[in-house]
Amino acid sequence: MSVLTGIILVFLVVMGTAVVLTRDPLPQALVLSVFGMLLSLLFLALQAPDVALSETVIGAVTVPLMIVLALAKVRDESGTP
Amino acid sequence: MTRTTRQVLFWSGAALLTALAIRALIQLPPFGHYRGPYGDIINHVALPERHTPESVAAVNFDYRGFDTLGEEYIFLAAVTGTLLLIRTQRSEHEGKAVDKARDRHIPPTSDALRALGAILFGYSLLTGAYIVCHGHLTPGGGFQGGVILASAFFYIYLSSEYEPFHHLVPIPALEVIEVVGAGGFVVVGILGLLVRAAYLQNVLPLGRPDSLLSAGTLPVLNVLVGTEVCAGWLLVLSEYLRQTLLVRGPHEHR
Repeated sequence: MSVLTGIILVFLVVMGTAVVLTRDPLPQALVLSVFGMLLSLLFLALQAPDVALSETVIGAVTVPLMIVLALAKVRDESGTP
Repeated sequence: MTRTTRQVLFWSGAALLTALAIRALIQLPPFGHYRGPYGDIINHVALPERHTPESVAAVNFDYRGFDTLGEEYIFLAAVTGTLLLIRTQRSEHEGKAVDKARDRHIPPTSDALRALGAILFGYSLLTGAYIVCHGHLTPGGGFQGGVILASAFFYIYLSSEYEPFHHLVPIPALEVIEVVGAGGFVVVGILGLLVRAAYLQNVLPLGRPDSLLSAGTLPVLNVLVGTEVCAGWLLVLSEYLRQTLLVRGPHEHR
């Protein structure tokens, strides 16, 4: 295991914990996006650029975007701003 | 069930799971070591057999192309299901695309933001198309490029209003494009069955390695998957956007 992989793994553990500890869904979506970005960095460091690209477009962009859009809809229905 | 029984059940289950997990983890190969001949064989035969340096693409669209066909239709089913779930209900109606938070003041969009949105839109379209077309030469391919292509359209929404985005993304046309992408994959597979011997067998000339038109059906399948994924994502995300911005519940009249 290279030093780079080790560093990214440590960051991943920190970010994963941060995702769980963030209780409000809106900030959580953004923390999740950072987590996805870090995960794709890990895949890149492990020489899997294909998987890294997929993880970037899904984990870092699309999933948080869908969560934010769904949250906007739900908050709108419940009447809270 | 009493509290004690529950605790006994939980702790015995947890202990068993921990023991099995530790046993499995001990038997894992060391970090970064690859056992198993499949990857090494593919790495050696992909270039001479399929004229592609991207062995991942060769596995996804050729050696294991049938699995990718399954994934294609999982995606199609997921998109269809999502669209069915979030369709406009009978008790709902469509309103105007106006901001519903009354206490929020929105400054007018600046020209700089519009220009940036237009630049990023073109840039993302180009990047997405590049990644789709070079799927058999560099990392990436139809799926990744398709998602980038779809997300490019969101720069239009982000830098202007809902209306221009809505005009750029016609839902009925997208539905046709998505089905053409998904069905095209099946047709290419059947061509292999008719012209050669097996489903999804290559029917096109392999070409010179490392050139854009090489690796037989790989780039064709990549473009088809890119088309389907781009249209599918655009459908799902624009439907999410429509739900959020336009669709009102039965008691909302604005």
